[in-house]
Amino acid sequence: MPALLTFRDVTLGYDRHPAVHHLSGDVGSGALLAVVGPNGAGKSTLFRGVVGVLKPLSGSISLSGLHVRDIAYLPQVAEIDRSFPISVFDFVGTGLWRVTGFFGGIGKGGREKIAQALAAVGLTGFENRTIGTLSGGQMQRMLFARVLLQDSPLIVLDEPFNAVDARTSADLLALCKRWHGEGRTVIAALHDMDLVRAHFPQTLLLAREPVAWGATSEVLTAENLLQARHMCEAFDERAAACAADSQPRAA
Amino acid sequence: MSVYAALVAPFTEFEFMRRALAATIALSLAGAPIGVFLMLRRMSLVGDAMAHAILPGAAIGFLLSGLNLFAMTTGGLIAGFTVAILAGLVSRTTGLKEDASLATFYLASLALGVSIVSIKGSNIDLLHVLFGNILAMDDQTLLVIAANATITLIVLAVIYRPLVIESVDPLFLRTVSRAGAPAHLLFLALVVINLVNGFQALGTLLAVGLMILPAGIARFWARDITGLICIAVISALISGYVGLVLSFQTRLPSGPAIILVAAGLYVASVLFGTVGGLLRQLFPGRHLEA
Repeated sequence: MPALLTFRDVTLGYDRHPAVHHLSGDVGSGALLAVVGPNGAGKSTLFRGVVGVLKPLSGSISLSGLHVRDIAYLPQVAEIDRSFPISVFDFVGTGLWRVTGFFGGIGKGGREKIAQALAAVGLTGFENRTIGTLSGGQMQRMLFARVLLQDSPLIVLDEPFNAVDARTSADLLALCKRWHGEGRTVIAALHDMDLVRAHFPQTLLLAREPVAWGATSEVLTAENLLQARHMCEAFDERAAACAADSQPRAA
Repeated sequence: MSVYAALVAPFTEFEFMRRALAATIALSLAGAPIGVFLMLRRMSLVGDAMAHAILPGAAIGFLLSGLNLFAMTTGGLIAGFTVAILAGLVSRTTGLKEDASLATFYLASLALGVSIVSIKGSNIDLLHVLFGNILAMDDQTLLVIAANATITLIVLAVIYRPLVIESVDPLFLRTVSRAGAPAHLLFLALVVINLVNGFQALGTLLAVGLMILPAGIARFWARDITGLICIAVISALISGYVGLVLSFQTRLPSGPAIILVAAGLYVASVLFGTVGGLLRQLFPGRHLEA
């Protein structure tokens, strides 16, 4: 499996404080990878780094054969202004940005694609509703429809099954598996360990520092999970500059 | 007095009324859509702050070359752009919210302007700037207003899609395109252009009125953004026309008359609007089956 996404000693964070510390490794093309870890472990930060919203403090994240703006990203607390008067149809249609850009119209084919995406997430009949009238689960389905339209080889989902009911998460999980089947690379931050064990072949266990990364059954051991739980959440305000960067690599 | 004499004759008989009407039409067409976006982005009062930022620029123009419209417009544009762009850049690059950074810059601009005026002395004619005079519109001014309105509509058409997406889901736009920042800054530039446009007709204090009030009115009649823009433009046009007639017949100053009519429409919309109007809320009708 050729690497689609490579982390080279990446440190991501805010105000020089690392939230993801010295992560190295790569994500193969077509992988279905779960990223797990306690709250504040740096999962969202890592994803923000992957999609280029956050610049690494050090190290680099590289993509092969893919532009950073072609990644389909479903953020956790979407910064969506739900009071904005836009219809579900138009909102999902923004997923066609790669095709339409600034001016391109959405023709008959585009409209059909939008209708199909809405049908795939079970939102047929919601086309003309404004986004403010959707429930939390319906909102999540709508965001999945947009990801579907983005038709991207790399899909990054930040806690996609939070606050959705069992049926919705089953439907959305089926979509993830469909994407995996289509050869796309899917990375998802998750908290439900049973779900990860059942459906995700690979897992990255993160607790600010990477704890383990590999086949799910080897990563999600009691020992590793305990280690992740002992992560210290607070930044140390007086922390010194990280020494790892200046150490000779040969050591 | 016949209906014709009251409503049409002022415009057929007096050229200054025709110019004033043309100016309000141009202001309505360009300003109202901008106002809708200001409202949807929760920046309604930002327009007001920007108007304060423009005043010092116009004052400097006035001090340098007297009551010269071109100098005052240029000064206003420069001051407005400087404040808008600096505030926009600061809020985009730091965590500071846009309103907070704008407040800082417009206050600084206002303080600077007042200082300059006080050094130079005489400022009686500046009252013209404060309250505008749409009835004293000359050809040059009218052309400037029309040109600004045209530019506004063209630029708005160009940045419409990124601007809408940036307003709903800025993070998404950041991940798919670089268009967010330019669209945002161009939008702020359009706000400035339309405020400068408005201050020639309505004065700096009321310039923002023909932008924000129609947007507020539209919110009570339409649910989607296309409808909002159409209704905002129509209510701005009505306010402009009725305000001019009112001003002509009652000798009220034209700027306040126009804004008062818009305010009247706003009150009526709050009461009778089909989308969330008070009357609808009091008598919603029986609930539906599904």
